[in-house]
Formats: sequence, C-alpha cells, structure tokens
Amino acid sequence: MSTVEAPLSSGASGPRGAESAPRGRRLRIGDPVFRTLATASGIAVAVMMFGLAAILVYKSWPAIQALGFGMLTHVAWSPSTGEYGALAALAGTALSTIVAMVIAVPLAMVIALLLVELVHPAVARVVGTGIEMLAAIPSIIFGMVGLFVIVPFIQDRFTPWVLNTPLGKIPGIEPGPQFQGGGLSIFTAGVVLAFMVLPFITAVSRDVLMMVPRVTKEAGYGMGSTTWEVMRKISLRYANSGIVGAIFIGFGRALGETMAVAYLIGSLYTDMPRSIFDPGTSIASLIAQQFSEATDKVQVSALIELGLILFAITVLFQVLAQLWLRRVRRATGGRA
Amino acid sequence: MSTFPNAAESPAEVRAGLPLKRRSMVGRKTADLTVKVLSWIGAWIGIAVMAFVIIEVVREGAAAWNIAFFTQSTPMDVTSNAGGFANAIVGTIVITGVAALIAIPIGFLGGVYLAEFGRDGHVATAIRSIANVVMGVPSIIVGVFAFAILVQPQQHYSGFAGSVALAFIMLPVMARTTEDILNLVPNELRESGLAMGAPRWKVTLGVICRAARGGLITGATLAVVRVAGETAPLLFTALSSPYWMTGLFGPGGYFGGPVANLTKTIYDFSGSPYPHWQTLAWGGALLIIVAVLGMNIVVRLLFQRGKEW
Repeated sequence: MSTVEAPLSSGASGPRGAESAPRGRRLRIGDPVFRTLATASGIAVAVMMFGLAAILVYKSWPAIQALGFGMLTHVAWSPSTGEYGALAALAGTALSTIVAMVIAVPLAMVIALLLVELVHPAVARVVGTGIEMLAAIPSIIFGMVGLFVIVPFIQDRFTPWVLNTPLGKIPGIEPGPQFQGGGLSIFTAGVVLAFMVLPFITAVSRDVLMMVPRVTKEAGYGMGSTTWEVMRKISLRYANSGIVGAIFIGFGRALGETMAVAYLIGSLYTDMPRSIFDPGTSIASLIAQQFSEATDKVQVSALIELGLILFAITVLFQVLAQLWLRRVRRATGGRA
Repeated sequence: MSTFPNAAESPAEVRAGLPLKRRSMVGRKTADLTVKVLSWIGAWIGIAVMAFVIIEVVREGAAAWNIAFFTQSTPMDVTSNAGGFANAIVGTIVITGVAALIAIPIGFLGGVYLAEFGRDGHVATAIRSIANVVMGVPSIIVGVFAFAILVQPQQHYSGFAGSVALAFIMLPVMARTTEDILNLVPNELRESGLAMGAPRWKVTLGVICRAARGGLITGATLAVVRVAGETAPLLFTALSSPYWMTGLFGPGGYFGGPVANLTKTIYDFSGSPYPHWQTLAWGGALLIIVAVLGMNIVVRLLFQRGKEW
C-alpha cells in the first residue's frame, strides 16, 4: 500500500506546506495500526476455538484420569452412587437426533424443491422467510410450547394410537420398562427438534438446488419432461451430494440442541432407552440439568468431560459438513 | 447428452440404443401433481408450526402482560399473585449489551480482516473455516467454557460470565456476517478510494463500510438478537436471581453475583408447579418472541434496501 500512499503524502506536504505534514505522518501509522488490529481480531476468532478446546480438556482432566474411557462405556449417570457414565446420554442424543432427521429431512426436501422449482421467486421469498423465521425462535420457547402443548397431545393421543397399530410391536417403538406414557420421551424431543433444524436443512438444500445450471433443467423440459421428472432426474441428481452436506449441518445442530430437549426428553439418566417412547436424556440436557447441582470437584469435572465429548462430536460433524460442502461447491462450479 | 452429467448415468435404454419405453402421460402427470401437492403440504406444515408456536405464546403470554410485569421484580412468595419480570428484563439487557460491546468491535474487525486483508490467503481461509465450525458448536458448551474460565476461579456466578459466554457465541457470527457484507461492495469503490490517495484504513472505514452501512447494522442487530434469546450459556454463568442488580460489584452486582435474566427465569418458572409463575414465564416468552421476531422483521425490511450492493 505504501506505493499508493507515497504520492499523496508528498503532494499534500508540497503545496499546502508545513501544516499538513503531521497529517501525512498520521496517515502512515494509520494503516499498519488498522491492519494489525484487524488481523489480530481475525486471529482472535480462530484462537478462541482452540482456547475453548484447551480449557475443556484441562478442566476435564481430573475426570479423565479418574474414569479413563469408562465414561463412554458406562451406562448410568448417578452422582450419588459415584457413577459417571455417558452411554445412556449418548444413546438418547443419537435416538432423538435420528427421530428429528427422519421427520425434518423429507420435509426440508419438499420445501426446498417447492422454493426452487415450483413457485414464483416472489412467493418463494415469502414462504422461505416464513421457514427461516423458525430458526429465529429461541430454543426455550420451543421447549415451553412443547412441554405445555405437544407433551399432552403425544401422551394422550399419539402414543396410545401408535402403540395400538402393528407399529407398536416393532422393537424400538414397543415401550420399554421405563415407559411413562410417552409424553416426556425421546420421541417428543425428536419431533420438536425436527422443526428446530428444519430451517437449516431447508436453507442449505435450497442453496445447492439453486446451483443446478438452468440450461440443464431447460434441456429436460425441452425433452418433454414433467416438473417432477426434471426434479428427480436432473435437479436432485445434480444436487444430491450437496443435500448430504445439508443433512450433516442439520445433524450437528440437533446433536447439541439443549433447552428444548431438556424440557421434553424426560430426564432419565440411569437406564438405556429401549424405545423412542421411553424417557431418556441427551448429553446437552444432562449438562444443563446437572451442572448447577454439581458440588464436588469430580462431578463438575465429569460434567465438563461430557461437554468435551459433545464438543468433539459436533466439531467432527461440522468439519465433515464444511469439507463436504466445499468439495461439492467446487465440483458444481460455485464459489468455494 | 447435456441432460446428464456424464454418459454413464443416461438411461439404459438410451445406451443400448433401444427405443424409449412408452410411459402413460396420465401416470407421469399424476406423479407430477402428487409431488407438487406434497411440496405445498410440506411448506404449509413448516409455516403452520411457526404460526402455532407464535399464536400459543401470544395467547398464553398476553394474560401476564400488565403494569406489574414490567415494573416489579420476580416473586419469591408462591402464594401471592404479585411480581413481574422487570429485574430479569433489565438483567437481560445489561448482559446482552455488554456481550455486544465485547463481540461487535472484535467481530467487525475480524470480518474486515477476512474481507479486506486476508481474502483468499491461507490464514484467512483457516480462520473462515474455524469460524464456520465454531458457529455450529452448541451454546451450552460455550456456557461450560465461561464457567470454567470465570465462575470456577472466582468461586461465584456473575452476570459478566454470562456476557462473556454470549460474546463468544456472537464473535464468529459477527465476523462472518461482516465479511459477507463487505464482499458485496463492488471492488471499483475500493479502487477509486485508493486511487484518490486515501490510506487503506480510511477507504475501508469511510468508503466501504459506509457503503455497506445498512447491511452491517443489520448483521450486528441479528447477531445480538440471536444471543438475546439464548438460555443454555446463562444456566451456570449468570444463573438467575429474584433480586434487582445492585450495581457493578458486591454479591448483588453485575461482576459479583448471579444476575436475573429473562431466559433462565422463564426456564425456572415454567418448570415450577405454580400457575402464577407459569403465567409469568409465558409473559417472558412473549416478550422474547416479540423482541426477536420484531427485530428480525424490522432489519429484514431495512436489508431489502441494503441489498443493492
């Protein structure tokens, strides 16, 4: 940049004389200072991630030493008996996330197709904004509405109905020994989670579907294809790897969602869930509910280790999703 | 040929040189219509859920909104019908405000670095990827982090620890949004500024950022609004309190002890068995929805103008 500055400083100090000389000097320190500040801030954003990881490892070290990898294989979380197992929470996290994805992915898919292929862009913007607004509703509100409205519905209507159909005999749906009516259950948490991750999956899917070249689709229409045939044989095939990335993003979100799950999942820490209609717990909600009650050092450290596990899982998912999406964007000629 | 990304994916009939299979137009049209109907149903489900959540909160929360709700502090006595959320409202504003004061300048400068200095270099690419990953880290983890660096060493909860947690969540969002918005500014503006002999910092702040002003304000506002509704990072940092914040230091102060805030109080009250407390919690939920969605709509309307760049 100094090459650009040089003519100005000499030009300014020439005709206007001595009074603009200090101004010229200020200009010269302005740039390096600004650049340094900006660079430092940029690096700070990256450093904080490593700081976060380092602190989590450091603070969970006592628990890691005391328990080793036992946390990952032990089922129950029961501080009163000195049991610090994460397996039940891991299973609950996985199950509620899977329920959420089974509901959210098809829904996001049809909505993204609608936004990109079927409606006028103006309509798509209104509908799209409506779906995006779901992402703006705080987690705690989903939790509250879930607790006071969805839980009674699932407890009184939905669970009895499902369990009376042949579906109710399938392992994983058939109630386990901890069954409490199905209202506060992994299933309820999953249903609410589905609508919390829906906007994220929809947004990414929409973006990748938009990247399908127009001429390719027009060629399909030119051959006499119907809209659905163009979607299925051209758009979806072109965009399918991007959609996988979208699903990863949704998965990562659902795994770490805390408040809504803490309200709804039933907070059973001591047993493996046998059915999605059983109560359970997730890592995030276990941390949320146990942390303020934790008094002794081991317990706090064990909870931080739980946080470390969740951190590792979500970072893994995010990194995979980012790498995958970057590759897809490159392959389809978009901005990397 | 161009219909398919590569020849191997073209239908078998085409590859074999056979005449295309005849398929009934009725069947094709039915499939087409079915998918269109399903798409619309899907979109309506999404919108209906959003509408349902909002209507439910408005219906339940409206009952709680009265003068006491906005002027009195949270009740401690379960039998009386008095009390409001005023202390929690103030606490949330202070906690979020300080978080914004920490995160906005650093996040903004970080975004400037990514857009103006780092660009496609290795460092900037790494920072960008890390920021994307950090944005996906669950907010409760950030709460655990703030607990570990502030609450645990100090041996007490504090509003400041809550602010730090929220600032952490805002930081990558701010940086990435700033970068995206600055990238929308046409390069000619940069070039003409520099060609006039202005130093880089003046071009960036006085020309580029001024041109992108609307978008930057929008981005910052959305980032603040996003964290204002967060609960998980406050659970064991700011905790909650039935009292007013009494200043900066001391057990009742911002740095010295638990500070009442909306989201944690809503969480506690909605889980309580007392109907009046639950009503208050709905009132708090309504306040958050109004603030969050209201700000979203306002800045979205503003952003329509900012999109010219």
